[in-house]
Formats: sequence, structure tokens, C-alpha cells
Amino acid sequence: MHATSHAFVANSKNSLNDATLRKALGNMRGGFVNKRAATIAKVPEWEALRDTGRAIKDHTLAHLDFYLEAYEAKVTASGGVVHWARTAEEARQIVLGICRTVDAKTVTKGKSMIAEEIGLNDFLEQKGITPIETDLGEYIIQLRQEPPSHIIAPAIHLTAEQVAETFRKSHTHLVPDRPLGEHRQLVEEARTELRAKYFAADVGITGANFLIAETGTSVIVTNEGNGDLTQLLPKVHIAIASLEKIVPTLEDATTLLRLLARSATGQEFSAYTTFSTGPRRAEDPDGPEQYHVVLLDNGRSGMLGSEFQDMLRCIRCSACMNHCPVYSAVGGHAYGWVYPGPMGAVLTPTLIGVDEAGHLPNASTFCGKCEQVCPMKIPLPKMMRHWRERQAEAKLSPKAMRWGIGAWAFMATRPRLYRLFTRAVAFGLSLAARKKGRFTSLPLAGGWTRVRDMPAPQGQTFQALYAKRRSR
Amino acid sequence: MSTARADILDSIRRSLGREGLDAATEAGLRQRLTAHRRQIGLARTEKDHAELVTLFEDMATALAATVAHIPNSAALPGAVATYLAEQNLPAHLVVAPALQNIPWAERPTLTVRFGKAVNEDLVSVTPVIGAVAETGTLVLTSGPDSPTSLNFLPDTHIVMVNRSQITGRYEDVWDKIRDQGALPRTVNMISGPSRTGDIEQTIQLGAHGPRRLHILILDEA
Ligand code: SF4
Repeated sequence: MHATSHAFVANSKNSLNDATLRKALGNMRGGFVNKRAATIAKVPEWEALRDTGRAIKDHTLAHLDFYLEAYEAKVTASGGVVHWARTAEEARQIVLGICRTVDAKTVTKGKSMIAEEIGLNDFLEQKGITPIETDLGEYIIQLRQEPPSHIIAPAIHLTAEQVAETFRKSHTHLVPDRPLGEHRQLVEEARTELRAKYFAADVGITGANFLIAETGTSVIVTNEGNGDLTQLLPKVHIAIASLEKIVPTLEDATTLLRLLARSATGQEFSAYTTFSTGPRRAEDPDGPEQYHVVLLDNGRSGMLGSEFQDMLRCIRCSACMNHCPVYSAVGGHAYGWVYPGPMGAVLTPTLIGVDEAGHLPNASTFCGKCEQVCPMKIPLPKMMRHWRERQAEAKLSPKAMRWGIGAWAFMATRPRLYRLFTRAVAFGLSLAARKKGRFTSLPLAGGWTRVRDMPAPQGQTFQALYAKRRSR
Repeated sequence: MSTARADILDSIRRSLGREGLDAATEAGLRQRLTAHRRQIGLARTEKDHAELVTLFEDMATALAATVAHIPNSAALPGAVATYLAEQNLPAHLVVAPALQNIPWAERPTLTVRFGKAVNEDLVSVTPVIGAVAETGTLVLTSGPDSPTSLNFLPDTHIVMVNRSQITGRYEDVWDKIRDQGALPRTVNMISGPSRTGDIEQTIQLGAHGPRRLHILILDEA
């Protein structure tokens, strides 16, 4: 996928002016956010589960070489093949090589963020192989030739009307004026269209939520069952996964599964959690004859031991973006690459470089919500600050910002001057906004007030109020 | 052969600031891999068996599965026929070979084939290896007696669960599967029928897999 992360600011402006997008993103609170809260309320062990999950990943990362080798040995023993890929290009070539051995014309695909990361679809198409996304959301955006805007709900930026319009445009063999006004009808149409494709595909490609060293197993978690049909019906199953997906045992995977669905969709458990070990056995009546795992590094080994190591605990649940005020305002596309929201703001600069993605760590109000909801307790705000520091050191941050921070530092280190100045400004602002209590435009703050109002201060500074309270 | 594998492992060790692991550490890690030590579970599963059966039913029902009881395995064909009639579904079944000994012929209204599913199959009947009360989850394993296609292709999936197979935690089923040797190609954990929320976050059942999941608990076993 071609990255436009450098254009985050411009992307965001477009998003904020898009009324349809606003409507689509408005579904998120009633959906993921409330459902997660309700489900977690039923699990009094939640904090202990989070701590256990974090410890599992920390332990695994500290011994990643050992667990990867143990995993590989088990995959081999069960008749599968592990392919190691340093870069996206290597991973693409490996997938292509496997597809060529069976002369593949079409491949079906379960949802995989790693496939997005390595730009697999475009590449396969260039090589004359047709990739077909089978996750409903992925299928819709593939028809629209759009990238996903969310890591588990790729079409969250679309309304049902837009989906209906897309289906009418793409499924031209169907009656043009068929009814598509209901969600049910849209899901049925996609189901029928995709059924035949599963059987026709030569290769099925899935991602993996976890790789289990103890048994050489890859795990996928879905609700639709599309990943299962994808890996069951073709002759060849390829699972593509990044290094950090590894966990030691079935028990470890089980603990993380207790965290995943609840954090993601607010379900107690997803409809289908599937553990795959090797190809079909000699007596099995169905299942793939070949099983391959592509293990992708793509910069991750270099994150170990750095201030960004904690990011490798991520289980891609999406809670951080579902709860992020910036994400819910601008949507996933504004982030310009595969991974949006807070996890993307941290991960993207490590994967595609801070020059390209340097704006992303600034896409934060530092409200801290992401870290609070992250099941793996990843200190996302802290890591965004690390990026900002690196940016500031490299003088990559905008001049106005460096000037502003410099000026603030000058004042803040001179307490009396600071008090005087803030008091004057607070008083001035409250006078200026006396009627409405808010500003619809403000000099120097156009970036803020173009898309929302600025609440006016109450006329006193925090320090003055604080002093008053204490003296009571 | 590319050097990717060696390069990646080197890079990991370099970043971690160490060489390969010493023998003692490695032995400890191997021990961890084989110890099968359980971690924290949910208190909701610390119950006696009768309560776990109730919890399983409640959780499965909350996931839009339907649950009914049968006294013994001989009652399975009758219960399947009744369910299909109630739902107005065709009485043609594809059944897991594991259930070949059930007296299907006593229900002449049912036509029964044993083996894997094909696209035209609308109703399947399978056993499970375990059922987890924690979340109302069924666990099925692949093998000659229980092809995986039965779990995904038909519109309606009917599952027979022995009452004694219902346990509290997923880990209980892992122990059971390990007792049978190496993991089979596929272990499916199934919680309710297929669903999607991909369009405007409204849940629709029957996205790609079964639209209906009907669970028959066999009380005698
Ligand atoms: S960073 Fe945490 S909250 Fe965000 S996707 Fe990863 S695990 Fe989930």
C-alpha cells in the first residue's frame, strides 16, 4: 500500500469535512465501545488477565529466538513449512513462489493486516493472480479499491447505502433494481457471490492471530467463518504472520484469547477460533494438502530492546483506536497507511520511517484512553512522546510548534511572569466570549476552530482557582 | 536457500543484547513448554457440574445458538427430525462418520449421508470433543470421523454434546485433546452461528458459515 501518512494533516481535514464519514464513524460508540464495557464488567478478573497477558508477551519477546526455533521445529514435524522473510518484498516473493507451484489463478484471502502491510493484493494482481478478499468488510473495500480504515472492521467508514451502491456497480450480472435496502440483503448477496469463489481458489491465504510454539499451530479468530472456508477448501493454505505473533503454549494462547474478543468487539468470544497444525493428515477427508507459514520480520527484530519493544505485545484488538478521540474524528484513512489509531501512530513510523509517518505521533490529545483500554497495557502515549522527542531532536517538527514550545518554556520557567500572562489571557478570552461561552474562530488557533468550537475559559486561571480552593 | 532465517535470528539476538541462550535457560524454557501450567481463569467456571451445564446453555443461547436435551443417543434422529420440521428445513443430512452407529434408519423421513460436506448440503450433524461453559463454546477436531467442512458449509449445523463433555474452561479441552496425541490438523472453537458486524456494526447472522447452530445435549452420557 502506498503510504500517505506524511499528509496526515490534509487527510484529516478532508475527513472532518466528510458528512457521510461522520455518520459511519458515529456507529462506533454504540458498537465497539459500549459492548466492550458491558462485557468486561462481567469479568472481575480483567486486571489480572491483563497482567498475565502482558507477562506472557514480555517473556516471549525476551526469548523470541528460542520460541521461533521451537515453533519452526513443530511446524516441520507436522508436515508444514516455515518461510522466513526479512522484508515485505521477500514475503511477497515467497507467497508468489508457492502460488506458482500449483499454477494458481485465484487465491481467496482471509483478513490479514500483514497482507496489507506487504501490499500483497496489488503484487499478486501484477503477477496475473487474482486475490479475492472473503471477509465481508475486506470484500467491500476491495470492490471499492480502497484500503481498510480499521484493523478489525475495515469498512467501518462506509454506510449501508454506500455498500449497496458498490454492490450494484460490481455485481452487474444481477438484476439492477434488486432490493438492497436492508443489511440482511447485503450480507446475503456477498455470501452467495463468495461461496463459489472458495471452491474455485487454488490457494487460501490467511493471517494468524497467534502462532503457538508448543504445537506448531497458527490461530485465526473470525466471526464470519470466511477464514475457515479460505483455509479449508483450496489445495494450499498459506498463513502469513509477523514474528511477534508467537506465544509459547496453548495455555498462553488461551489467556490472550480471553483478552482479545472482549477488547475488540466486546464479545465474550468470537464465533470461530481455529487452530491449524500442518496440512491434512493421511486419513482426513478434507483440508489443504500443503500448509505454509510466512514469518515476516520487516523491522520488528530491530524494535526489540528499544523504547518501542512494548509495541510488539500488541494483539491487534483495535480497542485503542475505538476509544481514540482523534481516530473517531478523522477515521482510519487519514493515517495514510495500514495501521491507524494510536497503535498505528506508534508502529507506522517504525515500519515505514519517521520521515514518512512523523505526523502520526502528533495525532494525539494525550488523553491516555488508549493505554487504559489496551489489554496488553502498552504505554502508547509514552511511545508517541518518544517519537516526538526523536522528531524534535531531528528538527522534523514544524517551525511554529518549536517556536511555540520554546516560548512556553521561557514563560514556564519564570513563574511570576507565567501567572501574570495566563491571568491576562484567561480574563481577556472570557470577556471576548462572554455571550456564547465558546469561540467559533480565534487568531492563531484556526486549525482548531475550523472544525470545532473552542470553549472559553471561565475567567480565572487554574492556579488562581487552586489557590482560592486551598485557602478555603 | 536464503540467509533470511539466520539474519532474523541474529538481529533478534543483537537487539536483545545477547548471544544464544545458555543451556540452563533453554532447559527452563523447554520445561515451560511441556508443563501445561494453567493461568488465571474466570471465577464463573468454579462451579459444580450441574451449574456448569446451565452456564453453558445460558452462554450458548446468548450467542443465538439454540439448545435442547435428549435422553440418549437413540433419541438423536427424532430430535433432529423435529427441529428441522419446526424450522421448516429440508430433512436431508450430511452426518459425521463418528455418528454412524446412531439408529438413523428408524426415522425414515430423514435422508442421511456420512462423510464430508459439499456446497449443496444444507444440514450437518456432528459430535464435539468438548464444550466449554465459560463462553458457551463448542470444540470440534478434524479427522476421518469428523471432517471440518461439516462445521462450515451447511446452512444449519446440529451438534450433539454429551452432558459429561461440558466442562468449565478451554484448558479442560486442551488436556483432553493432548491425551489423544499430537494436535489434529484443525481444532475449531465455535461460539454461536456465523455472524458479521461489518456493515454499520449491525450484527447479521450467517455471514459465510452456518446461519443456525442447534445444540442437543445428551443427558445420559
Ligand atoms: S495497542 Fe493495545 S489496544 Fe491497540 S490494538 Fe494493540 S493490543 Fe489492542
